[in-house]
Amino acid sequence: MSEGAVKLTKRDFVTDQDVRWCPGCGDYSILANLQRVMPELEVPKENFVFVSGIGCSSRFPYYMNTYGFHTIHGRAPSFATGIKASRPELDVWVVTGDGDGLSIGGNHLLHTIRRNLDIQILLFNNRIYGLTKGQYSPTSREGMRTKSSPQGSIDHPVDPIAFALGARATFVARTVDVDAKHLQSVLHRAHSHQGTAFVEILQNCPVYNDGEWEAVEDKTTRARHTLVLKEGQPLVYGEEGSMRGIRIDQGVPSIIELPDGADPLELGVAVHEERRTPAYAFALASIQPPKFPTPVGVFRAVGKDTYESMLEKQVKAAVAERGPGDLEALLHSGDTWTVAGD
Amino acid sequence: MATAEPKAPGKPVEEIGRVAIRFAGDSGDGMQLTGTKFTESTALAGNDLSTLPDFPAEIRAPAGTLAGVSGFQIHFASEDIRTPADQPDVLVALNPAALRANVEDVKPNGLVIVNGDAFSKRNLERAGYSEDPLEALADRFRIVDIPLSTMNREAVGGLGLSQRQADRCKNFFALGLMYWLYNRPTGPTEEWIGKRFKDEVREANLRVLKAGYHFGETTELFPTSYTVPRAKIEPGRYRNITGNTALAWGVLAAGVQMDHPVFVGAYPITPASDVLHELARYRHFGVKTFQAEDEIAAASATVGAAYAGHLALCTTSGPGMILKQEALGLAIMVELPLVVVDIQRAGPSTGMPTKAEQADLLLALYGRNSDSPIPVLAPATPGDCFHIMIEAFRIAVKHMTPVAVLSDGYLANSAEPWRIPDIDSLPKTRVELRRDPEGFLPYGRDPETLARPWAVPGTPGLEHRVGGIEKEDGSGNVSYMPANHARMTELRHEKVARIAADIPDVEVDGPERGKLLVVGWGGTHGAIASAVEQSRWEGYEISRIHLRHLNPFPANLGEVLAGFEKILVPELNTGQLYRVLRAEYLAPCELLSKVHGQPFKVREIRARIEEMLS
Repeated sequence: MSEGAVKLTKRDFVTDQDVRWCPGCGDYSILANLQRVMPELEVPKENFVFVSGIGCSSRFPYYMNTYGFHTIHGRAPSFATGIKASRPELDVWVVTGDGDGLSIGGNHLLHTIRRNLDIQILLFNNRIYGLTKGQYSPTSREGMRTKSSPQGSIDHPVDPIAFALGARATFVARTVDVDAKHLQSVLHRAHSHQGTAFVEILQNCPVYNDGEWEAVEDKTTRARHTLVLKEGQPLVYGEEGSMRGIRIDQGVPSIIELPDGADPLELGVAVHEERRTPAYAFALASIQPPKFPTPVGVFRAVGKDTYESMLEKQVKAAVAERGPGDLEALLHSGDTWTVAGD
Repeated sequence: MATAEPKAPGKPVEEIGRVAIRFAGDSGDGMQLTGTKFTESTALAGNDLSTLPDFPAEIRAPAGTLAGVSGFQIHFASEDIRTPADQPDVLVALNPAALRANVEDVKPNGLVIVNGDAFSKRNLERAGYSEDPLEALADRFRIVDIPLSTMNREAVGGLGLSQRQADRCKNFFALGLMYWLYNRPTGPTEEWIGKRFKDEVREANLRVLKAGYHFGETTELFPTSYTVPRAKIEPGRYRNITGNTALAWGVLAAGVQMDHPVFVGAYPITPASDVLHELARYRHFGVKTFQAEDEIAAASATVGAAYAGHLALCTTSGPGMILKQEALGLAIMVELPLVVVDIQRAGPSTGMPTKAEQADLLLALYGRNSDSPIPVLAPATPGDCFHIMIEAFRIAVKHMTPVAVLSDGYLANSAEPWRIPDIDSLPKTRVELRRDPEGFLPYGRDPETLARPWAVPGTPGLEHRVGGIEKEDGSGNVSYMPANHARMTELRHEKVARIAADIPDVEVDGPERGKLLVVGWGGTHGAIASAVEQSRWEGYEISRIHLRHLNPFPANLGEVLAGFEKILVPELNTGQLYRVLRAEYLAPCELLSKVHGQPFKVREIRARIEEMLS
């Protein structure tokens, strides 16, 4: 932000529209925390663009007092691509859900991530279709009974983190709707990353899939069930007196008990590095309940050229090499001939 | 570089008014290249011309089979012509399959030049001939059988080429021979070979081209060569152009004339890919091309770029056009300017990707959920593809609406001499982005056009939300109110309808009242205009209009239609404009439908005209 510019506050990002999520929806917490983070990002407010698809999460832009585009089901990453590729100075955020982003929009999500545009993609994962009133989603657990799977879902679910890693995302993180501090810190990290920042936000749907993430949301159980990833720190979790560590041998994670006062490194507990190999990141992604805790934080963050910067570079190189486009010269290029009047 | 003399010494030269030649061979024989080079030389010789490439969708269909035959027809004349001709006067067939696929199209007593070397038992079988057909065909055509492969190999002898490399030159032998026969200059092709190829391949191609030319001069098979005098055409500077190139350049011109950057979202699809290829070469015009992961993403990114304030273009063909309808529906709802080009091809589903049809009109008009009108335009000729894009962007930006442009596979690949427009004569539309927050309403409207403001991200004080949910009139807030939806539906309809006041009236070619009006649209212009003209020579009185604006129609269309007893609508579909005209104007239309994947022949339209008038 330039000096002398008006300091923005959370209130600047609140619209006059009534928020229409169900009472108790995890989206309220995500909205409030994002509105709190926005003023701290030092971006002119008019440069923010929120783009969404269809679903409960995709109502988000209506409640953010920025430029907002509520698009069509699953395609938000593609609209965002057009916006960012044409106007790299804009600060583009995609808000999507597990149905919107990974079912109908799986293809667009994959290709947008691999192109590495400098945008943020927030995927709210509640493992259910909410807006259409309770069908299983591509992240629903096997066996989950829903309106469209009364005998239990027979779909094998997709894991958002592994999906993003598979698309060679340069930034992959997970956080939790109600953990304000962690959520805010992950949003800051995502925003400062140069490239596509993919963030899975575990979000509770109190109506159709209540309690899906209870273990990591409830303050009394959180420590036992959450592995907080911290750069350069060993993979340890638990409560005082019953701490545990994660070892990773040849890509396979295992849990070890940590006696009081023991040095996790000496016991072979893995140390988290965001720039380590994709194999390591995939191993982290495989750390899942019920056997394991749920890892939250930044799984992977690496640098790579962004799509829009390379596109700009090509435009500049073309101008440098050929001069600015000359329509007259183009129309007369190649073989031409004159027909004289009689 | 040596250039063959324009007149063959020692042999008589006969002057003729027009001729149509078809080159045919395997899809790997370079027939499209041969035709293109002949076209360039013919344009430089000052003739009017029209071309029709006809090639299989397969990159390399099995050699020698009918499926793999590739053809290129060029019609050139000393007078004004508009079609590639119904029947070629000359067929050059490089193998039996090319002969079999094309010979029945040739005019009676026409010249058929075959590569006798290719008429082996095996090749005859592949083409489906049980015996050598040349003898029988000689009753109906003038067959000239030349050992083209042998002479080609002799010409490149000593250059150290493999037989395969050598054989790939043989199209230039045929080209050189035709250059002699029709007294075309060889210089431009020689120059092109010089730039395009290197070392011994360059030398081989040059030698073969000349060998073909000299063979014409010396052989007794051709006692005469022909010349087609320069055509009398409108004075100016000319070039050859295909529809797809003209279309791409029209997009560049729109950007230049509006002084505004262009974004292109596309996914490869025949026959539209060439537009993407062409535009990808012009980054120095500030054009950003984006090859998306699919048609849906291409359309979505295009809408995104329009939202961000760019001149946004999406190019596709029928199977892609259906996938874009969802994004187009959103663009209609959020009232953003962009242009989607559908270069129509034949058939439902995959159909016949390289063949022409104009059967996506109803798709463009009505192919979305609910009431979702968009303007629809169609270019009439390859050169018109340039101007139609400037017009499409003008309408899109001024009226804040997506616009559909319907080209077709025939226009896309056909070439015609095109008078290069004077840039200062091209329309200039000012792009006005909303800057002023004072009194800003996202869905406030221009009282004349009903266009909403184009307020793009990055503009302070105009932060607002848009989306696919129904909008409240003015504020643009989400609204489910019944009366508001009715009003917004009417506004979206009225906004497009009012464009009729911003486009020219349709001009009637011929009297404004009479017995018969022929109504055309899109790429059938040449065939229809020629048919009407030829029927007039026979004494028939006919009027003709050609529609470039298909939604809304020109304001005077109803009045024009009312002036005629009968109306004929020739279309390369089963009656799409025909249906719309009947529905909109209760006009007494009759349909002439053709769905062969080929353009109309002039005589097909003439026959119907004359039947209706007798």
